[in-house]
Amino acid sequence: MTDATASNAPDYKPHGASLLEQTSRTRRRNAAEARFRAYGLMAIGAGILALLLLLGSILGNGLGAFQQTFITLNVELTEAKLDKNGNRNLDDMKKVSTFGYTPLIKTAMVAAMAEKGIKIEGLSDKDAAALVSKDAAAQLRDFVLANPELIGETLEFTFLANGRIDGYFKGRVSMESAELDSNISPQQLQLADALRDADLLEKRFNTGFLTAPDASENRPEAAGLGVAILGSLYMMIVVLVLALPIGVAASIYLEEFAPKNRWTDLIEVNISNLAAVPSIVFGILGLAIFINFAGLPQSAPIVGGLVLTLMTLPTIIIATRASLKSVPPSIRDAALGVGASKMQSVFHHVLPLAAPGILTGTIIGLAQALGETAPLLLIGMVAFVREYPAGPPEGFFDPASALPVQIYNWTQRADPAFVERASGAIIVLLIFLVFMNAVAIMLRRRFERRW
Amino acid sequence: MPVLWILLCVLGLGLAGMVMGRARALRSAGGDARHLHSLPGYYGYHVLIAAVVPALLLMAAWLLIQPRIIETRVADLIPERIVAEGSSIGLVMADVRRVAEGLDLAVSKGSISADDARNMRSDLTDVRARLGEVGVALGSDVQPEVLKAAQAYRGAKSISNTAMTAAVLGLALIGFVFGMYRTTADFRARNVVERAVKALLILASTIAILTTVGIVMSMLLETRNFFGQYSWTEFFFGPTWSPNFRGGSELGILPLLWGTLYISLIALVVAVPVGLFAAIYMSEYAGPKLRATAKPAIEILAGIPTIVYGLFALITVGPALRDYFAQPLGLGESSASVATAGLVMGIMLIPFVSSLSDDIINAVPQAMRDGSLGLGATKSETIKQVVIPAALPGIVGAILLAASRAIGETMIVVLGAGAAAKMSLNPFEAMTTVTVKIVSQLTGDTDFASPETLVAFALGLTLFVITLCLNVLALYIVRKYREQYE
Repeated sequence: MTDATASNAPDYKPHGASLLEQTSRTRRRNAAEARFRAYGLMAIGAGILALLLLLGSILGNGLGAFQQTFITLNVELTEAKLDKNGNRNLDDMKKVSTFGYTPLIKTAMVAAMAEKGIKIEGLSDKDAAALVSKDAAAQLRDFVLANPELIGETLEFTFLANGRIDGYFKGRVSMESAELDSNISPQQLQLADALRDADLLEKRFNTGFLTAPDASENRPEAAGLGVAILGSLYMMIVVLVLALPIGVAASIYLEEFAPKNRWTDLIEVNISNLAAVPSIVFGILGLAIFINFAGLPQSAPIVGGLVLTLMTLPTIIIATRASLKSVPPSIRDAALGVGASKMQSVFHHVLPLAAPGILTGTIIGLAQALGETAPLLLIGMVAFVREYPAGPPEGFFDPASALPVQIYNWTQRADPAFVERASGAIIVLLIFLVFMNAVAIMLRRRFERRW
Repeated sequence: MPVLWILLCVLGLGLAGMVMGRARALRSAGGDARHLHSLPGYYGYHVLIAAVVPALLLMAAWLLIQPRIIETRVADLIPERIVAEGSSIGLVMADVRRVAEGLDLAVSKGSISADDARNMRSDLTDVRARLGEVGVALGSDVQPEVLKAAQAYRGAKSISNTAMTAAVLGLALIGFVFGMYRTTADFRARNVVERAVKALLILASTIAILTTVGIVMSMLLETRNFFGQYSWTEFFFGPTWSPNFRGGSELGILPLLWGTLYISLIALVVAVPVGLFAAIYMSEYAGPKLRATAKPAIEILAGIPTIVYGLFALITVGPALRDYFAQPLGLGESSASVATAGLVMGIMLIPFVSSLSDDIINAVPQAMRDGSLGLGATKSETIKQVVIPAALPGIVGAILLAASRAIGETMIVVLGAGAAAKMSLNPFEAMTTVTVKIVSQLTGDTDFASPETLVAFALGLTLFVITLCLNVLALYIVRKYREQYE
């Protein structure tokens, strides 16, 4: 060795004159080091930036959906139009369709304009009445049929404004764009401004967005999430009732009782594979087995719930097994030592200790299921549903929508007002998810034990 | 009797059995639980299980088999003539079911008496109008044979229902009596109950297998039907995709696979470097403070539903890419494009890659790092030359899992990639994927006899096989890698 050093000695050149001064090679290596760190930081920054962009875009587009423009009008419920016979017979009154109610709104609008002294050049009465949503006539009709004794009186009603008018106050529609739009004219927008100045038109929180059912293509202002939220709730109930007991039972067997053999190996491989199967494949399964083979109805929460159960099971099983595994064997040994059977030791001691972990896993699985869209498209949940499903248990078989599917549905419609509503619906969905995850984290913090 | 009531009756009987079984056991031991073989509660559970489980199993089996038997029987009643007029037996049977349900509804609302519903003749009564009154709209007038079949259908259904009620309740009662009869002080109730519970546990754990079997069987059967109508060589090697519901469609999978792989590739190009570098920084450099904030922040991305990413692609990323890249460069006018879908999918996969790689990098033994640092390597040199090579198999596994995710992803591509089946290299052009086409062929009005609908099952099976292979390979690699350092 010393020879080698000696023979190499002539080639050896000291790095630099001083230890305090870096050689070019050291500088290069240090620069590479700094660059590498910067790449890492940039990657994290990119991830967080993407998250912020995503949330910002959704919030920016969607917050408007919670506000809606309303128009307040005094409507005279003329007896001659609504009840020609004058005997308040409901069956006769039902023969007056919503078209019979539109003139009332028109009269009310004209009267309101006259009262406040609003005059707009080149605006017909019909166009003025079109400021009010097409949904208003139906709203008026429902009210009259529910309160026939009020016919003949003049009452104050608050109607939704047309989607374009709403868009005008949210900056989606402008005077220039109205020129090109066959659905709205600049004169109508002027009238809207005038009505706002007269305090007949205002923008406020819209509870209908959370409770109303979906509405048709040309009345975005009336569309709400009521049926979708109810449908999602029903599906979550089905998932919880089926996936939790089955998942826990399967995990207990695999973790505590299963002998090590080919059969249990097969089950394990299966579970880890199912966790990674594309969700749309579960939709095909649901369509083929639950609808075509078992004859369950399309668009029903029960079918959606069953499909989501099968999707959620692997998540719950994996979480449950992990938390069963974390209970130390000494607990089992102690139970067995005082004469409990294996089954008793598991059900009386291991399972209660593992419960917080199981619950956390279940909630996370439910949160995943709540946001899942693709399989639900295939089992017919995209249908246009306006009727609320009945109460459980019949309601599980009624057609319903689901939150994520409703979002998808709205993105497929032409009116830009639906984009706002889709983003708003995502905010609702994210609020549910944040809440569920927060509960899961809280449970974990509070009850998880480290052995 | 409605199913719900039967269920409640059986459960009620079971609960009664639970109380009575326990009491009987105690009585047989002279009121002293120490003389019993098992704890008193087990005798109760034993009677409960004996009464409830066989009865419910019978009911489930009955409900599964009953419709099939009744349908074949009623289908025999329908003469050939009617089937020839209305395209298929399935459609006629749907009519029969509708009429039968309408009659049920009419009877329950009281607009038709039960006798009338049984004996009504379509040449004497306008069935369509009568059913219309209760809100059952029929497409055409009811033919006498269909009405007859519907009446037979109702009759068979009510007989079968009565028989089921009797059989299920009878079995529950037999189980109850049997359970009570066996209950004596010497009876080993705990062993019996535990065996039954274990059987339930085993049953639950086989559901995973049943799901896989269900997936494979449902897709295999329909795919076989599809290949009966469409040649498999054209499906796998056909270069055009143009379904046409009037027939003469070309259903080649190649353009769809091309779109799928192109989008997945872009997604991986985005996700792998970002995810990997984030994981490296987080496990090797970051202090506990940064780690505690940045790691959950990135993992939030994993908890966001894909429909949200889809909308993000549709309203933000797509228009931005079109306005700032595609149009100035003259590459395309469409906001839905491969680049849009790929970029957004890449964002979705970042947390997936980063948390898997984080685990894997953390599993590399510290001694290897210490050795490298001790020889004078800088931290980045250690990472590049020691940690990454050691973790490589695991990272490859993680990337494969991410690729399988990307290939199976649906909502982002439905909203972000477009619907045109094309094979082009331009990333700013709209292309489509296997999953998009599964959705579009299976939503809306579908006819499960036409190749245009059935092709979705063949596409699904292809997708399933590809992702399954990727997953198995990835899991194998990851598992093998873990064993290396444990």
